[in-house]
Amino acid sequence: MIVLEKRPQPSRMWTLLTPVLAVLSTMVFGGLLFALLGKNPVEAIRTIFYEPLFGEFAFYYRPQLLVKGAPLVLIAIGLSLGFKAGIWNIGAEGQYIMGAIVGAGVGLAFYPLDSIIVFPLMVIGGAFGGWAWAMVPALLKVRFGTNEILVSLMLVYVAEQLLASMSLGLLKNPEGFGFPGSRNLTEYASATSWINQDVGMHWGVVFAFIAVIFAYVLLNRHMLGFHIRLTGEAPRAARFAGVRPTRLILFCLGTSGALAGLAGLFEVSGPGGQITIDFNIGYGFTAIIVAFLGRLHPLGILLAGGLMALTYIGGEIAQSQLGLPAAAIQVFQGMLLFFLLALDLLTNYRVRLRAREVA
Amino acid sequence: MTAPLLCLQGLTKAYPGVIANNNVSFDIGKGQVHALLGENGAGKSTLVKMIYGLVKPDSGSMLLNGVPYAPSEPRAARADGIAMVFQHFSLFDALNVAENIALGMENPPKMGDLAKRIRDVSETYGLPLDPYRRVGDLSAGERQRVEIIRCLLQDPRLLIMDEPTSVLTPQEVNILFETLRKLRSEGTAILYISHKLEEIRALCDHATVLRLGENVGECIPAETSARDMAELMVGTGLKTPERSGRALGDVALDISGLSVPAPSEFGTGLKNLHLTVRKGEVLGVGGVAGNGQDELLAVLSGEVRSASDAVKLHGKPIGNLGPTDRRRLGVLSAPEERLGHAAAPDMSLTENAMLTGSVRENLVRRGFLKWRQAQAFAERIIEDFDVRTPGPGNAARSLSGGNLQKFVIGREILQRPEVLVVNQPTWGVDASAAAAIRQAMLDLAADGAAVICISQDLDELMEISDRFAALNEGRLSTPQDTAELTIEEIGLMMGGAHGMEVAHV
Amino acid sequence: MDLGSINPVLLIASLMVAATPILLAAIGELVVEKAGVLNLGVEGMMIVGAVSGFAISVETGSPFLGFVAAAVGGALLSTLFILLTQVALANQVASGLALTLFGLGLSALMGQKYVGIKPPPTGDIHIPLLSDVPVLGPILFTHDVVLYVGIAIVAAVWAILKFTRAGLILRAVGESHDAAHALGYKVVRIRILAILFGGACAGLGGAYISLVRVPQWTEGMTAGVGWIALALVVFASWKPWRVLLGAYLFGGITVLQLNLQAAGVAIPVEYLAMSPYLITILVLVILSKDKSSAPASLGRIFHASR
Repeated sequence: MIVLEKRPQPSRMWTLLTPVLAVLSTMVFGGLLFALLGKNPVEAIRTIFYEPLFGEFAFYYRPQLLVKGAPLVLIAIGLSLGFKAGIWNIGAEGQYIMGAIVGAGVGLAFYPLDSIIVFPLMVIGGAFGGWAWAMVPALLKVRFGTNEILVSLMLVYVAEQLLASMSLGLLKNPEGFGFPGSRNLTEYASATSWINQDVGMHWGVVFAFIAVIFAYVLLNRHMLGFHIRLTGEAPRAARFAGVRPTRLILFCLGTSGALAGLAGLFEVSGPGGQITIDFNIGYGFTAIIVAFLGRLHPLGILLAGGLMALTYIGGEIAQSQLGLPAAAIQVFQGMLLFFLLALDLLTNYRVRLRAREVA
Repeated sequence: MTAPLLCLQGLTKAYPGVIANNNVSFDIGKGQVHALLGENGAGKSTLVKMIYGLVKPDSGSMLLNGVPYAPSEPRAARADGIAMVFQHFSLFDALNVAENIALGMENPPKMGDLAKRIRDVSETYGLPLDPYRRVGDLSAGERQRVEIIRCLLQDPRLLIMDEPTSVLTPQEVNILFETLRKLRSEGTAILYISHKLEEIRALCDHATVLRLGENVGECIPAETSARDMAELMVGTGLKTPERSGRALGDVALDISGLSVPAPSEFGTGLKNLHLTVRKGEVLGVGGVAGNGQDELLAVLSGEVRSASDAVKLHGKPIGNLGPTDRRRLGVLSAPEERLGHAAAPDMSLTENAMLTGSVRENLVRRGFLKWRQAQAFAERIIEDFDVRTPGPGNAARSLSGGNLQKFVIGREILQRPEVLVVNQPTWGVDASAAAAIRQAMLDLAADGAAVICISQDLDELMEISDRFAALNEGRLSTPQDTAELTIEEIGLMMGGAHGMEVAHV
Repeated sequence: MDLGSINPVLLIASLMVAATPILLAAIGELVVEKAGVLNLGVEGMMIVGAVSGFAISVETGSPFLGFVAAAVGGALLSTLFILLTQVALANQVASGLALTLFGLGLSALMGQKYVGIKPPPTGDIHIPLLSDVPVLGPILFTHDVVLYVGIAIVAAVWAILKFTRAGLILRAVGESHDAAHALGYKVVRIRILAILFGGACAGLGGAYISLVRVPQWTEGMTAGVGWIALALVVFASWKPWRVLLGAYLFGGITVLQLNLQAAGVAIPVEYLAMSPYLITILVLVILSKDKSSAPASLGRIFHASR
């Protein structure tokens, strides 16, 4: 009989080891899935994990790693702060959209002014859009005790409708021959987030790294970060320590909203280029996986973001070369989160085999 | 004594790192009130769980009426006529009395019939109870009645009671004892678990003493002195705290007209409290659990704010200040719940030292944390209060209850409080650690601090406090000098307004 | 704009159809939450139910088998949640999210072949005499079987929770798992059964969307209905009849905004389309004051030690 025994304290070794094990298990079971779909599993896994980094066209794919990884890391860092404190913002996708809409809106309002203040204003607009969208669940939670999970999620659907409305209406390109979608911001030099498109470098990458460092310092060296961790570990102890839950909710939701908004702004003014109906491709949800895979630790999230970006790019390659369906990659990513959560057991519990007790 | 009802033969149960019970044997006679005596952690609970089928022994056996008895689950134990009144965790707040009782029965009758039977039994045994009231709205004593009646409805041959009086006033204890004596006269055996010696002497026919999981002796309580039983239980002679003559100084903390609404549906509001504590004084606050103890601590620690001048420190209003500001002024506290309230279970001792020590120990500069100093502070607590742990990097939950309590109390005392408020400082702590904690509080008072000790252990309060007051349904009685109080007066202070009817036995 | 084109009888009749997926998912989740478990994977289980129901009914030509497959599919997906939360003792919020993310991907994968196909029709039953009653007849008595099954499940859940011992035990487990364990009830086993039931109901609800309401398969077609169902349980204060009421309210809003869209009201389509979500938020705000009826152990991890 298998018996679970709670460890006196979480195992440090397993904390580091479980994400690795989860990735390996996902590769094995993902391979099985690909085999079921009639693909060669070894080749599929190789295409996803090896091809983008060291394959023939790696020079093309490597920059993509930054492009896909930056928004994931940026959003996941914000989410991890809340998740650590038991505040569940799962509407980052909506905040990402709102950041893009407001940020792009600011940029388009200045079109075609050529000035260095345009982009900084867009950045502020993007952060504000995401922040404001996240403040809705935050304020409702603080004021009425409404569940932030449901509210933030409902707002994703609202934001998607707003996005549709914007790309068909207010922000529609007047010179776009009636096609839905805004002007292309990458063609507006004052408003683009690209720094060097050839190496995949845009301001989102810079901000992602800044966010990682900021979160690291906050969580390890600052009282506010200590309070965030304390609230997640033991809410009553946090109140005893003098934490005001209200402020923490506003801070965590606000920060994660602002970071998601920034991610949206950098995307729309760089890799995405324009506001369109299907501008959002689920970074806000994938970032949840990234946050957990990175163990809610800033450096872990950086690595996890890179890995997840790899599965996106590798997935696309596998799609075009092997005809692997896009949805298979989505399943693959979901599987990763499953294994991670399941294997997490090992950090807090010891698994023992014991002979069945004789009554 | 005729043939025993239940024979325990060499019961052993080990958990990783501890042997909870080692080769324990004894007999319980029919119609006997049998005491199981021992300190916290002596293995009483594990033993009882084996009898009740919640835990399986590693080795050893039991005979019930001469027939081998090995319950695989509580249901089987109940089917064999063994019933248990738990100390904690067995009632459902949101369900009503009848539903709660039905859950503990194998084949409950229809709700209407059950309600009638509950009324009958409660009349018979002098334990009045309304079957349709929600359990969450009942007092601690009434909740216990629910459990007792649940057991009685099954006509048990053996009734197990785990620390039944810890939640009762002295008057309620008398009622309970009347009920138990009546049961005994009807032939029901009772296994009575306690560490309160006087109770056992008053009630029990026979006692078995457990220490560190072993049966260390049996006695007839009525013929044995409390001191002898205590030494059997503890193993060595006990040191009683020294109470050096203290000079009381000016009023340190002044509470007047303090009222706070109940924080939650099942909480207790505080109603018009008046209280002063002087420098060098230990004020004991007694009362049955759930009468506002947690709320009083929260109001004093700053977790719950009140009207600004309802609480004054050296004459200055502090009622609307939060925990951090109060710590800055020297008002420190240690809540009852060690894991999750006083300390974060999964965080290290260093982090837990930071939890309350940041202000007074200068562990923060402009929002940034000084971990090295925090670790030094944690090490100092461990050193000065003899906390047994490999080091400050260990998680709080890896410590035993007594050691963690020493850490929590030590953490506050080392910050040189002007006022210290503690709730249940020695609950679930072994005797030597409890003595150390009490001594530390007395020493603190001798150095001129004002100490408020909230506790349900009357012996403890009598031992250390200068004045005594009791909480009852959120009201505080007028504090009186401990030396002049009798146990009856204390009982009246604790439970006078409890609406407890006299037993109709 | 022509509001006159909205036929109130048809409106109410289609309201019941629109409400059924939410109703099924919510009543399942209610049972799960009554047992003290918070499964945020409703959306995932619904969409997997939607695709399995669709696929099987297309393959076999039998909508009945489709619904059975949907219930099985939803329950199967919920076993993953069981493994995570009841066996591996993982955080229920994270596990529920994982279930939803995984379910969305899995359904997209499973449904590739089925995009753009029509499923076999699920027949309406016309109850003789009753369905001929003017106004009430078309509203109440001319629907498909599953719609009535949904209402029957609500009634059954209500009766079981209120009057039976099984219901009492389920509530007890959700109130305090420690106390229930101390009395010898199998907390984990009871919760597993509740989660499976919730999964099956969510699966049925999903299939109702793909087989009756739309009827067609498209990726992500549940579009947040699972989340609305979760909100509905809060709205209903964990009371079965209020789930029915709430589901019809949301169904009404959905149908009304679709009718308004069709009638060409001067409000842009997008703003009408977001209204169910905004109203969900509004309802959550209004009802958030009363949390007293939430099961006390909701979302807490149970590990029987010693």
